[in-house]
Amino acid sequence: MSVVVTARELGLLRCHACGAIYRLPSQDDCCHCRRCGVRLHLRKYNALTRAWALLIAAAMLYLPANLIPIMKTSTLLEQRSDTILSGVVALWQQGSPEIAVIVFVASIVVPLAKIAVLALLLVTAQRRSAWRQAERARLYRFIEFIGYWSMLDVFVVALLVGLVHFRGLAEVQPGGGAVAFAAVVVLTMLASKSFDPRLIWDSEPSRQGRQPS
Amino acid sequence: MARLRLIICECCDAVYARRDLAPGQTAHCRRCGAELYRNRRVDLDAMLAIALGGLIVLVIANAYPVLIMELGGTRADVTLWDAILATFDAGVGPVAVLAALSLFVLPLTQILLFLYVLLPLRVGAVPAGFVPVMHAIRHLRPWSMVEVFLVGVLVSAVKLAAESQLTPGVGLWGFAALTILLTLLTLFDLQALWDLAAERAAQEAAA
Repeated sequence: MSVVVTARELGLLRCHACGAIYRLPSQDDCCHCRRCGVRLHLRKYNALTRAWALLIAAAMLYLPANLIPIMKTSTLLEQRSDTILSGVVALWQQGSPEIAVIVFVASIVVPLAKIAVLALLLVTAQRRSAWRQAERARLYRFIEFIGYWSMLDVFVVALLVGLVHFRGLAEVQPGGGAVAFAAVVVLTMLASKSFDPRLIWDSEPSRQGRQPS
Repeated sequence: MARLRLIICECCDAVYARRDLAPGQTAHCRRCGAELYRNRRVDLDAMLAIALGGLIVLVIANAYPVLIMELGGTRADVTLWDAILATFDAGVGPVAVLAALSLFVLPLTQILLFLYVLLPLRVGAVPAGFVPVMHAIRHLRPWSMVEVFLVGVLVSAVKLAAESQLTPGVGLWGFAALTILLTLLTLFDLQALWDLAAERAAQEAAA
């Protein structure tokens, strides 16, 4: 790792919007990008506080999202309401284990993993930990990449509500759980966007003032 | 200007000297593994073709039903908009709005804004409002979820397959094509477009 020199050490700064590179002015966070006009900053503004706030909100909504039904089905034979988990179980029993696994991963594993990983990243970044930085960086990019797949169940509900309305025969109604669940997904997406992955690496002893070799 | 030859990793702030890459090559950060940049040649024709194709299949995807269902002698089909409006009427407005945004409004806006930027650049000019439009594209990018919807159609079909006869509609193929084209669209290097526009502006100023 000794070969890596950071922009901060060289007194350089990269515009996060257009990639233009500037020499760092005497004060941090002072200027706007000449090319694209955004406010320049060395690290995202208030990254940890914002990410924590959004993550806590997401974690709180996670309970209603899983306990309140996301849809109600009524047919001639039966009436049932499904939460996210009971929907997965129903798919499994109905004889489509592959699809049940896809929905289980997208709706249960991904949101939980995302909340846990973000909490881990935030705690370690706050402590300026040097523990497994490359793996943490990879984890961050991974949750950024998979996060929105959790929207799967929300779209399924919308589709079924739109498709199944055979008067008297069969109908599907959406439940409040779908709203809470959609909110969880959006909030975790915003939380991971607020986090600044460069904070993972800021633990390394600053070599500021030394000449890069 | 030696400064222009540097590249700074977005994810960990490491600094590298930029090297030219062969077509299709990608440079990765040695420390954190994030992608740094791709081959810099910007192929405006290919980008335009993808954006225009995307616009066409987006219209098809939205105008035609994605699933057709038969139950007890009656037929029903569902377009994306049927699903959105039914969800809205059923009282879960936020879900309907989210679906409309992430499956229609944002992908459409992204494609139109790309066309707005690419067409003038193709003929050598920088369009008015280039800066805000590029910022808008950057912010819209992560919020289109067409590929998730595609899997959602599959899951819905499996859920209903036990009780009824299901056929895929034209809209479903539209969404499949749209997924591919939007994925290609997100592979475009926005920074290369900024650089290209800066070059064009400099040329105009010199002329």
